[in-house]
Amino acid sequence: MTDLNELSLAEARDGLKAKTFSAREIAQAHIAALEKARVLNAYLLETPDRALTMADASDAKIAKGDAGPLEGLPLGIKDLFCTEGVVTTAGSRILETFEPHYESAVSANLWRDGAVMLGKLNLDEFAMGSSNETSAYGDVISPWRRQENGVLSDAKIVPGGSSGGSAAAVAAHLCLGATATDTGGSIRQPAAFTGTVGIKPTYGRVSRWGTVAFASSLDQAGPIARTVRDCAILLGSMAGPDARDTTCVDLPVPDFEDAVSRGVKGLTIGIPKEYRVEGMPAEIQKLWDDGAAWLKDAGATIREISLPHTKLALPAYYIVAPAEASSNLARYDGVRYGLRVPGKDIAAMYENTRAAGFGREVKRRIMIGTYVLSAGYYDAYYVRAQKIRTLIKRDFEEAYAAGVDAILTPATPSAAFGIGEKASADPVEMYLNDVFTVTVNMAGLPGIAVPAGLDGQGLPLGLQLIGRPFDEETLFATAEVIERAAGRTVLPKAWW
Amino acid sequence: MTAPVNPKKLIKGAEHDWEVVIGMEIHAQVTSRSKLFSGASTEFGAEPNDHVSLVDAAMPGMLPVINEECVAQAVRTGLGLKARINHRSVFDRKNYFYPDLPQGYQISQYKDPIVGEGEVVVDLLDGESITVGIERLHLEQDAGKSLHDQNPTQSFVDLNRSGVALMEIVSQPDLRSSEEARAYMTKLRTILRYLGTCDGDMEKGSLRADVNVSVRRPGQPLGTRCEIKNVNSIRFIGQAIESEARRQIAIIEDGGTISQETRLYDPAKGETRSMRSKEEAHDYRYFPDPDLLPLEFDQAYVDALAEGLPELPDAKKARFVADFGLSAYDANVLVAERASADYYEAVARGRDGKAAANWVINELFGRLNKEGIGIDATPVSADQLGRIIDLIGEGVISGKIAKDLFEIVWTEGGDPRAVVEARGMKQVTDTGAIEAAVDDIIAKNHDKVQQAKEKPTLLGWFVGQTMKATGGKANPAAVNALLKSKLGIE
Repeated sequence: MTDLNELSLAEARDGLKAKTFSAREIAQAHIAALEKARVLNAYLLETPDRALTMADASDAKIAKGDAGPLEGLPLGIKDLFCTEGVVTTAGSRILETFEPHYESAVSANLWRDGAVMLGKLNLDEFAMGSSNETSAYGDVISPWRRQENGVLSDAKIVPGGSSGGSAAAVAAHLCLGATATDTGGSIRQPAAFTGTVGIKPTYGRVSRWGTVAFASSLDQAGPIARTVRDCAILLGSMAGPDARDTTCVDLPVPDFEDAVSRGVKGLTIGIPKEYRVEGMPAEIQKLWDDGAAWLKDAGATIREISLPHTKLALPAYYIVAPAEASSNLARYDGVRYGLRVPGKDIAAMYENTRAAGFGREVKRRIMIGTYVLSAGYYDAYYVRAQKIRTLIKRDFEEAYAAGVDAILTPATPSAAFGIGEKASADPVEMYLNDVFTVTVNMAGLPGIAVPAGLDGQGLPLGLQLIGRPFDEETLFATAEVIERAAGRTVLPKAWW
Repeated sequence: MTAPVNPKKLIKGAEHDWEVVIGMEIHAQVTSRSKLFSGASTEFGAEPNDHVSLVDAAMPGMLPVINEECVAQAVRTGLGLKARINHRSVFDRKNYFYPDLPQGYQISQYKDPIVGEGEVVVDLLDGESITVGIERLHLEQDAGKSLHDQNPTQSFVDLNRSGVALMEIVSQPDLRSSEEARAYMTKLRTILRYLGTCDGDMEKGSLRADVNVSVRRPGQPLGTRCEIKNVNSIRFIGQAIESEARRQIAIIEDGGTISQETRLYDPAKGETRSMRSKEEAHDYRYFPDPDLLPLEFDQAYVDALAEGLPELPDAKKARFVADFGLSAYDANVLVAERASADYYEAVARGRDGKAAANWVINELFGRLNKEGIGIDATPVSADQLGRIIDLIGEGVISGKIAKDLFEIVWTEGGDPRAVVEARGMKQVTDTGAIEAAVDDIIAKNHDKVQQAKEKPTLLGWFVGQTMKATGGKANPAAVNALLKSKLGIE
């Protein structure tokens, strides 16, 4: 029999329901896996005692026939979600000892439905990064490794970011699924890099209450899991109206799992020509073509479309996101909570605290954001970036109005790279990782990354599907077709 | 700004006459049970940090949610200022670091405020009135308070006020003297209190003003202005303007120039001092708050709020003048507080409006002032005062006795008519009794009787003696008539 931690979330759910195994057993299997996988640095904090307590409570509920939709399913929580009584760092020194007195809306929804918490997952500091190398608590190592002539390389590979801990943990069977957040691609890019599935729902589908903010108008939480169905199940629990977040919409949550097997017959899938970027590796292009062919075979119509303002998205994103971040991170000032480094006066205390508490990338973005909002630069940068944002949104609206149901693109311009390969280079090099994903955040649309194959070195590659606002269902249906056609990417045997 | 220059309002410098130009930004705390973006209480006087929610303390991941009552209060205020209500407004972040500002930004409204242009009619002491333009009104969060006196080496922060809703009401630079500025502030306070949108309590900081002052030679373009921050009494507003205007005039007449800056008024020294120059001014990096959607409502919402508004002071004043025959001055005094106006109306209803106004303004207000208490705490109810006035009208007591009666009712209470009966305060109209008293006085004062024939004003002395002899109860008209005939004065 497969180890319990290697089941899909749906399989585990069904096994618990059938009482094939207990919640305690599946929790224990994960706790054991976690202990063996510490070299991956996916978890910042393991909470085995809490996991077992929650699992026992789940077993009691299952026995009473009172099980919730996620009863007894062990999950990992990205350390950007505040968890009551459990230290929440956002991957930053400045929150090293911060213990919230409240539970984020997303995690509270999961616990309400019976899920079990295994611990807090590593991430890029304040979710700023594309490789999980900006975490103050060390890099996350991907469970994947390159293969050269059938031999596994020793070189460490990044899991992507910012939800690198989430993606690595899911890929390495260190949880059945994980929460993640996506501001410019932070769910979809690491999912693509690790052969997992990740969906960023429509902006407003999931409450942001209690999730540490990076860029408020772009941030959206979603799940990373090993299958499309697992993501659908998890999103169904995470989503929902919340009066505490004004930007969260008051819409009922559809039965996402029901949409998974709907198929693509009759759907029109757009292929945006602007995503065929210069220097795109041939294997990415081939993957994209394969994806289109699979969908066509399954009954969809493929249509080339134009999203003319695509190339402006990345520069505009790197104005809007840092601008909001520079303001959102002002609260970490050493006055009320978190790190405080004394100084001779209040200004010195601020400077010392923030100098010691924030890492390089966070500082860089605070400075960029402060600059673009400054008097004399605001109109030239921030206002123009917002105009571009409107144009990008309109591009998508026009495509959807013309009958496109979903848009297929590569998830990333390349497979995962090695640790350190890009971290010391020009930061723009790193930012280019988000080129296919940021448009979706700028337009507030749902996007899903689904594994579609391996590159020549045996590393996973993903495709992205972009949907209409609040039509995650079509994304699940379409992604499942790709998932089925591509065959599940199989993680090489554990090397850790 | 095109209003003709009133020479009486000019300030005399060493060389020239100067016109002072004033605009005010008034911060009025919104009357609401909870804060602008959180459910924490706004109650005054709690222990430090008793009224602080996770949002007010800017904990990670916390989000603001607009308090609809504060929005309604801002719209009501806009209507009271006859201002344009903007159906769409936007909350912006004003970014700066300060220990009493937990978020590192204040949520305010910058480019798109909830209320646009309006006006306030202000009556001045000389009976004139001016119209002051309102540029805008916007909603914003108050900051917390730094406490520097709790520990020798550290400052503490009290966040009870952090996030409380303020309305910033910005006037046009339409004010031309400290008197006008004080009258404007007073009138605005009256309007806010009528509306119930701000309690106007300046001692608690519910209402405070930033005053922009510049001077110019009449007819010249506007001078450079200085902003006097956070003035918290109407008296200090007047003093700050006077001192600042004279400071600026002295500098210019000495050949200097005014540099734009923020200043503070020191009431102890009676002068303003520099706080920060224009170069030191913050760059607030305003941008729309991405946590909040634009604030939108329709005209039906505004109409419903308009329907619920009380009668405002200007309308009430006009009605008092028209219906009760009051002078504009008396009407102004009576409508200054809604409670006073209500009291007056209760007294005046079915009675002589002018007599009622005299009693309320002179006797009641005089006595309240003497005791330092407000109309809400008056021991003499409108009903009691009305009955006293009725007794005069019926000729049961004289005006003089009525004042004694008022005093008794003030200190001891009771039904005025019963008090008059019990204490035998009824006016004596029996001519026989009065005549006896008059005859007695004439008999005892032969010398004065002789003098009175030459000097008729001595009549007053005889009246006084007669009243004294009758314990003040004699009908003054009857006394007068009798004395005149007996003394032979015409």
